[in-house]
Amino acid sequence: MPTIIKLENINKTYYNGSPLHVLKGIDLEIHEGEFVSIMGASGSGKSTLLNILGILDNYDTGEYYLNNVLIKNLSETRAAYFRNKLIGFVFQSFNLISFKNALENVALPLYYQKTGRKTRNKIALEYLDRLGLKEWAYHMPNELSGGQKQRVAIARALISKPQIILADEPTGALDSKTSVEVLDLLKKVNETGMTMIIVTHESGIANQTNKIIRLKDGIIESIDDNSEHNFSSFGFQNIK
Amino acid sequence: MFDLDRWHEIFITISRNKLRSFLTAFGVFWGIFMLIVLIGGGNGLGNLISGQVEGITTNSCYIWNGRTSEAYKGFRKGRWWTVSNRDIEIIKAKVKGIEEISPLVLPWTPAQDNAVRGEKKGTFSVQGTYPNFNKVYTHKMKFGRYLNDIDLQEHRKVCVIGSRVYEALFNRGEDPSGKDIRVDGVYYKVIGVGDGNEDMSFNGDPRETISIPFTVMQQLYNYGENVDMFAIMAKPNFAVSELQEQIETILKANHDIAPYDKQAINSFNVEARFQQIGSLLFGVNILAWIVGFGTLFAGIIGVSNIMMVTVRERTQEIGIRRALGAKPSSIMTQIMSESFIITAIAGFLGISFAVLILQMVDLGLDVSGSGATVFQISFITSVVAAFIIIILGTLAGLGPAFRAMKIKPIEALSEE
Repeated sequence: MPTIIKLENINKTYYNGSPLHVLKGIDLEIHEGEFVSIMGASGSGKSTLLNILGILDNYDTGEYYLNNVLIKNLSETRAAYFRNKLIGFVFQSFNLISFKNALENVALPLYYQKTGRKTRNKIALEYLDRLGLKEWAYHMPNELSGGQKQRVAIARALISKPQIILADEPTGALDSKTSVEVLDLLKKVNETGMTMIIVTHESGIANQTNKIIRLKDGIIESIDDNSEHNFSSFGFQNIK
Repeated sequence: MFDLDRWHEIFITISRNKLRSFLTAFGVFWGIFMLIVLIGGGNGLGNLISGQVEGITTNSCYIWNGRTSEAYKGFRKGRWWTVSNRDIEIIKAKVKGIEEISPLVLPWTPAQDNAVRGEKKGTFSVQGTYPNFNKVYTHKMKFGRYLNDIDLQEHRKVCVIGSRVYEALFNRGEDPSGKDIRVDGVYYKVIGVGDGNEDMSFNGDPRETISIPFTVMQQLYNYGENVDMFAIMAKPNFAVSELQEQIETILKANHDIAPYDKQAINSFNVEARFQQIGSLLFGVNILAWIVGFGTLFAGIIGVSNIMMVTVRERTQEIGIRRALGAKPSSIMTQIMSESFIITAIAGFLGISFAVLILQMVDLGLDVSGSGATVFQISFITSVVAAFIIIILGTLAGLGPAFRAMKIKPIEALSEE
């Protein structure tokens, strides 16, 4: 499988008051179609890493190739273009626009691709249908349950046919039953060949993924293959 | 390019907080409304005043006698003196720069029902004038002509009557020319009817005045050589006030009035008064612009302020949009368009409403139905006002738009 994400010695320091060296040289390679989770305690730098991967934040030194394009010192306009074309986001707090209905929320990325209104609404409805939300298309976010909201958000992430999906604690605000549903959904999406990166601190969630990257104090502690899904909640791989 | 989606977005965000949008828009509406109404009011005041003084030549001056306030050459103070025909001749000969000098005889109070024609009668003031008075104070004529030199030379008993005199003594539409009317017991042939609607004059309303030849009046009313008042009109390039000074010096010498007596001679300098009115109107207009623009600016600042608040409130939404691929420029145009739309709609409504109000005032004033505009602003003014609104609306959105543009998606998304 070809490489989709390549990080070489990424460093990032925040200068709020005293300098905070958050990422201390990250080297990482993620291949197309992988289902990866990034784990780590709070403060380990996992959110920062996700922001950099999502071109929401920039880094100080190193090199980040997304789809073989060097993502460095991009203008805001260019960054917006790449975010729109290459990346789908799923957030913990869903981040749906509250005054737009489910359909309009899903269609929003296409609006920024200058797709016509009719076309994008048609496509959005297809995606909602695929996620079993057709009846809810014209409901406002506050009329939807947490799981439904997250499914709308996933539809929104998928609609622009991105190269990767970045999910930041996608089940963090959901109960365990809904979490399982959402995770199954993400798995299904991955099975269609979409590269999926999930940031989580829940071992149960991480165990569903095929590869677990552990971050600690700004460096990668370990990268474990988890294709057997036998990863225990204690952080060890079960001995067969 | 007309982008329906963008306007749809703008409409949604504006209508999301209707009361706030309305109040913001009202600030702009009121601002431009005040500006237009005040400008219209200032113009209207000017038009009304110039309508009232229509016909009065501005480089003119009226002089008449008074009482001395200083004892001089053995005369006590408080003495009455009178301008005479001789004074007029001397002034005409000695003072350079006089275009016209026109003596007048104006008895102060007319007798009850002094003007009679058959069954019809009325009380009107009578004045004796020279033909050249028509130059100092232009009389528009509805019928016939004004007095001429031959009328005076031959002491013809003819008269020019004002429009209200005509209404009182003649049937509507009747040609008065050549008809006789009796004024103070003497018959005069009507040779003309004035059409003036001036409200400002020196011996009552010109519409209610009967003018007869000066020489006739002096004789019939036992004036002898006396003159009640005289009007002068300066030649071009001569200041009225300078001529006035020279005339007063001559009059003082002729009538043994102390040169330092300030009250013996009365005068009315139209030029000076016009300058006063002019500067008053200028002041009113300046005030109108300052107050109007002040109100408008307050409204515009209100828009800017509210847009700032909106941007702050919508930080998260803007962050989401940015994460989904909105370019900074598209966020910026969105905010600016919103500000523009609010300002433009409110502004155009304000202009329209102000024009409507001014039109109603004009219609209310215009009893004669001539369709004259008194208070209404010109089309150009309204176009300029519309342009100002468009520019200010765009400027008002600029600050908030830049703030919105600076919002970083991660900061916005972490703000929960």
